[in-house]
Amino acid sequence: MDVGERLTDQNFPESPEKATLEGKNKFLGFWLFLGGETVLFATLFGTYLGLRNSFGKGPEASEIFQLPMVFAATIILLTSSLTSVYAVLALKENRVKQMRRWFFITLLLGLSFLGLEIYEFVEYVHEGHTFTSGAFGSAFYTLVGFHGGHVLFGCLWITALLVRNSGRGLTLYNAPKYYLFALYWHFVDVVWVFIFTVVYLMGKVG
Amino acid sequence: MSNAHAANKSVLWDWLTTVDHKKIGILYLVSGGFFFLVGGLEAVLIRIQLMNPEMTFLTGNLYNQVLTMHGTTMIFLAAMPIIFGFMNAVVPLQIGARDVAFPFVNSLGFWLFFFGGVLLNLSWFLGGAPDAGWTAYAPLSTTSTGHGVDFYVLGLQIAGAGTLMGGINFLVTIINMRAPGMTFMRMPLFTWTAFVTSGLILFAFPALTIGFFLLMFDRVFEANFFDANMGGNAIIWEHIFWIFGHPEVYILILPAFGIISEVVATFSRKRLFGYSAMVFATVLIGFLGFMVWAHHMFTVGLGPVANSIFAVATMAIAIPTGVKIFNWVFTMWGGKIRFTTANLFSVGFIPTFVMGGVTGVMLAAAPADYQYHDSYFVVAHFHYVIVGGLILGLFSGLYYWYPRMFGLMLNEALGKWNFWTFFIGFHLTFFPQHFLGLMGMPRRYFTYPEEFGLGSLNFISTIGAVFMTVGTIIFIINVVVTHAKGKKVSGDPWDGRTLEWAIPNPTPHYNFLQTPLVRGLDALWIEKMAGNKKMTPAEPVGDIHMPNNSILPLIMSLGFFIAGFGFIYYSSAGAPALIAIIVGLGIGLACMFLRSWIDDHGHHLHKEDLLKEDKGVDA
Repeated sequence: MDVGERLTDQNFPESPEKATLEGKNKFLGFWLFLGGETVLFATLFGTYLGLRNSFGKGPEASEIFQLPMVFAATIILLTSSLTSVYAVLALKENRVKQMRRWFFITLLLGLSFLGLEIYEFVEYVHEGHTFTSGAFGSAFYTLVGFHGGHVLFGCLWITALLVRNSGRGLTLYNAPKYYLFALYWHFVDVVWVFIFTVVYLMGKVG
Repeated sequence: MSNAHAANKSVLWDWLTTVDHKKIGILYLVSGGFFFLVGGLEAVLIRIQLMNPEMTFLTGNLYNQVLTMHGTTMIFLAAMPIIFGFMNAVVPLQIGARDVAFPFVNSLGFWLFFFGGVLLNLSWFLGGAPDAGWTAYAPLSTTSTGHGVDFYVLGLQIAGAGTLMGGINFLVTIINMRAPGMTFMRMPLFTWTAFVTSGLILFAFPALTIGFFLLMFDRVFEANFFDANMGGNAIIWEHIFWIFGHPEVYILILPAFGIISEVVATFSRKRLFGYSAMVFATVLIGFLGFMVWAHHMFTVGLGPVANSIFAVATMAIAIPTGVKIFNWVFTMWGGKIRFTTANLFSVGFIPTFVMGGVTGVMLAAAPADYQYHDSYFVVAHFHYVIVGGLILGLFSGLYYWYPRMFGLMLNEALGKWNFWTFFIGFHLTFFPQHFLGLMGMPRRYFTYPEEFGLGSLNFISTIGAVFMTVGTIIFIINVVVTHAKGKKVSGDPWDGRTLEWAIPNPTPHYNFLQTPLVRGLDALWIEKMAGNKKMTPAEPVGDIHMPNNSILPLIMSLGFFIAGFGFIYYSSAGAPALIAIIVGLGIGLACMFLRSWIDDHGHHLHKEDLLKEDKGVDA
């Protein structure tokens, strides 16, 4: 069967994302990539932990962090993980329309998260907590900003996938692409859980 | 079809767009070789300056630049790419695959390395090279004036991204694309070391990526990570750098171990002694490599507990390494040894590397390290393991796999001259440096007063460097002579044992007409001993699926190259630099978008054409 051919319910494989060698390679390669990303964020977390009390000329963490808004952002991002799970469930059953709908909702939630984050950063800058106000500021914006950059990249990615494949069904060629996006999105969510704990909760309490 | 296709397009275009692992291997080898010569030239300049006391040939900041660029070039732009060259050229053949898992990414990895290396070296012509040492310790690096360190950060950031991709690519290739019967414990040792090295790259390079970002943010965007006045901490850089940097030395040496294991076994006509112990030792070295980074920081003041733990962990690495040394010796024991040039380099490697290992254990003793630290003793140690270990291994690999990569045999007579001049020159250069270090000569200083009595040993060291230069020039002559009038050789000139020698010469671009069936370790040797002329195929002749060439990797890398320039000059040039950043990143992202947008299913080589081509080779 040609990899570009639209899959039907009759010939739909159990795991369309891993049904070809290319798909298997992408699947494994992406998991390994996420392993590398883990080291990337671990290094950022390590740096942040080393500098989180070095406020320099800026305000202290406990003065500026506002948990209600961060909590809202957390809920939005976690929900987007759930919607991407629904999308993958639909993918596994060849329900293209539902899959695309769930991915679209994931995208919207991702964008709202980004909006909240930008709003939050603008607020902080007004309060004197900037990238250059001290080591804490540099470490904070680098860690949280790297995560935000990952969310932004994910939004661009799923937009490109949805637009490119509009009107096209699932094939052995595009199924791995959708699936990898979902993997990526979960990873970005998991990182946020750590940011919420290490940066915000510990910043407020620790 | 593929031939007709290729004939229509120019040779240059083919090399710029190639996704064939064999060609990418040659690209890595040639550009890595070029940077090796550049780094070697810098080394010679250093030795000329240190030849006599109080020389003024190369002083002050210029010396710092040459010294920094020597180390940086040799590690990141010479050693790493040559290793990747061998991995590309050999690993898919050794596991019976037709290409790597991600041919497009493979090409992208090469071009990122290439543009990163060019960017770094352009600093020579654009106001001065980096001058803060290859380790770029903060605050020396954060306060270095000019744009030298910016070139270092951006050039290596781009090259490093390419390396990371290469690492993931080879992990997936080795896990997913082995021929039927090629179990993990039947893989040739070079493939094993390539596998472990790729794993180390995957988990070590991201730390460096972040380190470079932090350094860049401090220098370009006025962040305060390493600025103590604003609450920053320069020790964080040291930790991040060595969390990457120590695995990096195993990233370098493990493939050399792999090469030695192949060469010694082939030229002893014996299977490798203690294969499974060798595999275990390789994995163990890779694992321990992550536990020892703070032995570079014994004098920082981490405290006796931390120093002790890291000292013991470091010494533990001597055990798996010793296992390897003994296994090579036992492989030769009772073997029918042929001292070809490749084997000379391998045999020369063994005692040399042991000497580097012994000084390594000496340095691992934290209290003693307070004496050795930052002295020429350290310089001697790491040149013994990197030149005496890695570079001898790479030369060995070159002579061994040259017939596979280029279809030509390097001249053996010149090869032996190459070995002896380089080998003697190496020991002459670096052996005296142990004593210079113990006598108190600090590293990185551009001169020393006459009354310190360091003159004669330094002079001997410089003479050694001349010998090494002669050895390298002989090698270049050898390459030129070989390509001018070298004899074409068969696919198996050494009576090889592993799958890469089961293919006709020149290697068909699909590697294996039929995927081979592997029946044990040293797959080809098993077939030879069973009286078979070639490998037993695992499949009938059929259509072969191959990836399409693409120019996107080159353009994408060019985009990041342009953006790199923008970041380098952002702090001084402002708006024009910002435009370069936006344009460059735009090109990069656009290429990624195009790659995602354009469906690329590859192409098929048809059975009938393949059979015709195959007959052509035989006749």
